[in-house]
Amino acid sequence: MDLKEAVKDKIPWDGTLPLNEFSLSASTFSDKWKMFNHSFPPWLWNPCPKHHLNSSHKVEGYLSLENVCLVKSCEEEKNHGSLSWKAESNISQAEEPFDHATLVCPEFEANHYDFHIVYSPSYRVPVLYFRSYYSDGQPLPLSEIEKDLPGHSAELLLESKWTFITQEEHPYLNRPWYKLHPCGTRDWMKLLLSDTYTSSNKNFIEQYLVSWFSVVGQVVGLKISLEMLNIEEKKLFETTASDIFE
Amino acid sequence: MSEAQKYVWKGAIPLQIHLHESEVTTLPPPPPALVLAPRIGYLPLLISLLKPHFSATLPPGVDTIWFEYKGLHLKWYIPTGVLFDLLCMEPERPWNLTVHFRGYPSNLLLPCEGEDSVKWSFINSLKEAAYVITGNCKNIMNMSQTDQVDLWGSVLNGNLESYSRVSSKLKLETFEDEYTENVDSASTKSQQSTGDAEAVGQVKTSRIPVRLYLWAVNEDFDDFEDAPVIDNWDKVSYINRPVEIHKEDGKYFSLNDAVKRLLPEYFPESSFGNEGDASINQSAGEEGENSCDPESSSHTVEIAEIKCVRIQGIEPSLEVPFSWVVNNLMNPEYFLHMCVCLKVSEANALQ
Repeated sequence: MDLKEAVKDKIPWDGTLPLNEFSLSASTFSDKWKMFNHSFPPWLWNPCPKHHLNSSHKVEGYLSLENVCLVKSCEEEKNHGSLSWKAESNISQAEEPFDHATLVCPEFEANHYDFHIVYSPSYRVPVLYFRSYYSDGQPLPLSEIEKDLPGHSAELLLESKWTFITQEEHPYLNRPWYKLHPCGTRDWMKLLLSDTYTSSNKNFIEQYLVSWFSVVGQVVGLKISLEMLNIEEKKLFETTASDIFE
Repeated sequence: MSEAQKYVWKGAIPLQIHLHESEVTTLPPPPPALVLAPRIGYLPLLISLLKPHFSATLPPGVDTIWFEYKGLHLKWYIPTGVLFDLLCMEPERPWNLTVHFRGYPSNLLLPCEGEDSVKWSFINSLKEAAYVITGNCKNIMNMSQTDQVDLWGSVLNGNLESYSRVSSKLKLETFEDEYTENVDSASTKSQQSTGDAEAVGQVKTSRIPVRLYLWAVNEDFDDFEDAPVIDNWDKVSYINRPVEIHKEDGKYFSLNDAVKRLLPEYFPESSFGNEGDASINQSAGEEGENSCDPESSSHTVEIAEIKCVRIQGIEPSLEVPFSWVVNNLMNPEYFLHMCVCLKVSEANALQ
């Protein structure tokens, strides 16, 4: 280990993810998602900008998970933080509701969601962007989205509306999207992971997005399979999103 | 307060604002409104001047103001001066805009509910800038109510003196003065004083908040009159990325250096020293090796050339120290907004 590495170990980790590690962390996340979250379609990598350039340069991009439908669940389920999601498909009706290959979204009662994970160079953390629309393509107002969120998120939203979910232009797509504001991310990622951090732990960087999503996903009701986390993280995973956000 | 800052704060764009014909209900139609819009201000704030001017002719209903230029809706959270520098590269004086009070394009444009929305957007950007410079938003979150009101008021009224008074409390200086070393973030500062950092040769970085509006063209042109028009926001790349300053950059890190550092995909040599990617543009060589086909023995390389960098309506020499540019030309929310036109061409590389 050279001197630089030795210095890095002395400095406590600040909870951020370096820009050049984002695509690696993203591919680990999407691979694990594919392996363990069968009921969902995979996350896709979207390179940006789209114009052709020096191909050797590491391409910027973001992850997308689009057109997942939120099925109206009863209040009790929502209070336990779990929502029922189904993926859009145009094949026949299924008996198994969580097999995404054979499910049709009930058109009259489904809210469609698109999720993007975009890196913020200012905050040096990933940010979750999302938007929601009815089956006819009309966007959902925030008041309707709030109704869709798991119980504890809605409370947080009411308390600090401006600093929690905000509406901003998507960094690449020139359209208004909603996002979970990133200014606290670094702090709670530090809480979550600093025990497992060492600069020589490459696995740590790869796991960053998985760990991050284990918290952020809960806010929007997307629970990841615990199998995606490694053993240390499972131990730490007693925290819920509301504990972290408070 | 430097002379340059005074000029920036006094800078204004003469606008000739026409009400969209679909909203004109009287004959003759109202004349356009002539308004001097502050460069560092935002278009929706002009409603106090425009509403009285057009109210007699507007159809009944709720007013939500939005603007367009030659069919392109204008993003209201971008400072007026930046919109002008970007969309009107060949300056039009006065700048002819169309105003709407109805039919807000909410699928395209973030909602704007008056001054509060603009103020919120401004504070949010200020928080982001503070985060970039110091690593946290505390000094903004901890602002007293009076200071917040004074700060926003000074921007609304274009009062640089009042602004300087409040903003100096925020301690967001990025460069100490024009040609000295950079102000480090709090954590590295303490290490510097104990001498530990020097002993192990740690690289110190500063981060400068920048918003770069990039417009790449393939054809060459002599005058901006002949330049291809920006008729769609997809033609502009919005790059919201801080400039990372390294210790070894020295005192004369220029505007040219900063722009190239922000665009590693166009200027790969400049990325040496940045975190990570030291592999420079090897693609040409690698592709050449892999393709054994004699037909494809020549391959193309892309060359980018900075055609224009426009900041606060001026095109500074690219050799000006970046520290001067930041200190004197940044906007009140501590972001430096740069409009950059890049000419990208393909050239056949020789083996």
